[in-house]
Amino acid sequence: MIEETAITKNLVCKTPAFRLLPLGFCAGCHYGIIFRLIDEVLEEMELKGITVCIGGGGCSAMGAMAMDVDAFGGPHGPGTAIASALKRVCPDNFIFAIQGDGEQGAIGLGSFVAAAVRGENITIITMNNACYGMTGGQLAPTTPLGMVTPTTPEGRDQEMAGFPFHGPELVAPLRGVAYAARGTVHTPANRQRSKKMVKTAFQKQLQRLGFAVVEFICACPTNWRLSPVDCARYIEEKMIPEFPLGEFKNVEKNEG
Amino acid sequence: MTERILHTGNDTVARAAISAGCKYYFAYPITPQSEIAHYMARELPKIGGCFLQSEGEYAAAYMLLGAALSGERVMTSTSSPGLALMQEPLSMMVTAEIPAVVVETQRLGPGTGTGGQQGQTDYRFVTRGVYGGLHYPVLAPYSVSEIFEFVQLAFHIADKYRILTMVLTDFVLGRMTEYLELKTFDFGPLPEKDWALKGKAHKGGRSNFLFTVTGMMLDITGFFQGQQEKSKRIIDSETRWETYKTEDADLLIVSYGYSARMSKGAVNTARAQGIKAGLFRPITLWPFPREALQQEALKAGKVLVVEDSPGELVEDVELAVQGRVPVHFLGIQARHIARAEGLILPERILQEVRELL
Repeated sequence: MIEETAITKNLVCKTPAFRLLPLGFCAGCHYGIIFRLIDEVLEEMELKGITVCIGGGGCSAMGAMAMDVDAFGGPHGPGTAIASALKRVCPDNFIFAIQGDGEQGAIGLGSFVAAAVRGENITIITMNNACYGMTGGQLAPTTPLGMVTPTTPEGRDQEMAGFPFHGPELVAPLRGVAYAARGTVHTPANRQRSKKMVKTAFQKQLQRLGFAVVEFICACPTNWRLSPVDCARYIEEKMIPEFPLGEFKNVEKNEG
Repeated sequence: MTERILHTGNDTVARAAISAGCKYYFAYPITPQSEIAHYMARELPKIGGCFLQSEGEYAAAYMLLGAALSGERVMTSTSSPGLALMQEPLSMMVTAEIPAVVVETQRLGPGTGTGGQQGQTDYRFVTRGVYGGLHYPVLAPYSVSEIFEFVQLAFHIADKYRILTMVLTDFVLGRMTEYLELKTFDFGPLPEKDWALKGKAHKGGRSNFLFTVTGMMLDITGFFQGQQEKSKRIIDSETRWETYKTEDADLLIVSYGYSARMSKGAVNTARAQGIKAGLFRPITLWPFPREALQQEALKAGKVLVVEDSPGELVEDVELAVQGRVPVHFLGIQARHIARAEGLILPERILQEVRELL
């Protein structure tokens, strides 16, 4: 039933039927927007009945726990290995894993790249908030140069901690990878562009084309010590120049 | 008539898993048990399953976890250092009650050890459970026939209690060839796997989530109470052991795995010479047959523990007998040669028995 409201005459989409509310994310965090976006795509593509979501450790686990799909979560880092195996056993299910940037670029880097090398037919959603959100905002592989964190009190220094990690660009050249992209949700237009990326990435799995990854740049107001509005500015001025938006790979058929 | 074939212990692990309905196997090569992977890579595609060679043991165990979420029977196998790398995923599986089977073929020594030779130096490592205070069952076969039976039993126990279950072998058991009767086993009924994650459409539209984050649980003490009750059910129903010529024994040898075979040889020779020795062989290392062992130990009045290690099983034996009878120990120093290929032979065990009686 479509109900009339004061704001709009048409129902654009329903509120996601989350299993667990409230979500538990900090005020101004982008995770809630992203999980809703994923939920919308699953709904629109009619995938919820066959979906299994593999959450990670840290904040991303809360989203996996909340979505009304079969889900597993908790371990920090090995989401790609877990998803790979489950997809092998259940090729007709839709399997996607949500990873933090530290999971993908540090502790789980081996499993992330190995799954891409094998061309596993799974989808990875990366949450790049430039830090370890749940443990107190420490240096992550994705922390921009100069960013102050509890473990880089003088700001990230390339001599000490190297340069920021770019997951989608890293795996895009691999032959088993069908799709690699990066988006943000800090403006409505970017949110819609990113939603399209998620949709495309999900389609690659349904077409059995191989590994797909979509990274989201996300605000972490608590650890960045910025207001939500200033976070959006930081994303514009610091994050996007370091982490370019767009598609790095989009194949229509398997590479032989 | 049951078919009788010649089979190695490692091949038997793989064959037994397939007989138990396991079609998915995940592993990383490591001596002395890589033959299990060779067998699986060859045979699983024929039955519509798969062997996925992982990027390491840590990933292999997480693949095991991922595949087990489907409710299918799944297995991994490894050897000592590989099992060390698997500890986090194994704890996750025990916590979230995701059943699967792990076969650990012990290789000698800490660190890299001997690179894959004989030893029994992982007893303490595998019997103390996972980090976080939880146990899982460990079955210890001592022949190829028992490997065939216990791997299948492990799948049954895993599904019955929703728990990770381990089969512990060693270099000698894995590499030796014996006659194997291809018996079929019926271990009894099993509960429905209504928890499996195959999409909510499989469960009438009701989604399920399995989480390993105990911190997010509302009832922590309730979680541990549930786990303790499960442990108690396993202890009450699944504790297994075997006694051999213990009825009138004056000395009770306690041993498992390959050294139990050596000990059995020593008991037979001793008996032929009129020496009343008997053998107590724990089959489940966890749960450990404490009460049964204490009774047998009290009856014999003297205990000799034989294991190819610096002394690990001996700790459980001492706990079981509670200081009420003397416990003697014959360990790795009793090898017939001091090198990695040394073994504790029946003659050496018999010599010890003679000295003690």
